[in-house]
Amino acid sequence: MTNRQYMRVRSDMPPGHVRTPSYLRGKTGWVERTLGPFPNPEQLAYGLKGQPLPLLRVRFAMAEVWGAETENPDDTLDAEIYSHWLEPAEAPHAP
Amino acid sequence: MTENTQFDGRRWHDMGGSSAGPVPTEQHDFSLWEKRVDALMIIASGKGHFTVDGLRRVLEDMGEEAFETMTYYERWIASVNQNLIEAGVYTTAELAQRMTEVAARGTTYGEAASD
Repeated sequence: MTNRQYMRVRSDMPPGHVRTPSYLRGKTGWVERTLGPFPNPEQLAYGLKGQPLPLLRVRFAMAEVWGAETENPDDTLDAEIYSHWLEPAEAPHAP
Repeated sequence: MTENTQFDGRRWHDMGGSSAGPVPTEQHDFSLWEKRVDALMIIASGKGHFTVDGLRRVLEDMGEEAFETMTYYERWIASVNQNLIEAGVYTTAELAQRMTEVAARGTTYGEAASD
């Protein structure tokens, strides 16, 4: 709990091939582990050389993703998100 | 601007988190041409012409109407073709000539094999 590294998913909505699901954009979670680096698939998709990027497995509380009224607000959801979509954040307010 | 050329906001294929009805789980057989499309994708990516990311990019850019009207492997072969042209493996003109030659063989595998 104390050493959680919180990250907020950028809320950008650019056109083109994007590998960050829109339902997580703008949401804050904590780093479960860091994977990679892997070549950026958003560049590979256009036949370009993919810049190696860390891929972070981010853990979100269901309440953060779906709102406090969700069925099991303390359950969590993991998503693997490339580092360029993440920025350091404060812990979200407890529900 | 149509829904298929959305330039901001959530794109049509980004369906995660949306409400959905029941998920069909029945299995089905694939036809020979569908297996060939799958094999072509594996060969083309193995040779380094493009990656699964390029496959996905073109599928997404084909838009929602294609998703509703074309089958899975119809969309795949359209995307594989687009990626192979972009990679310079063949030109559109070369593809056109080859398609005419293949069409002349007949419309069934049997006719094509009897040549």
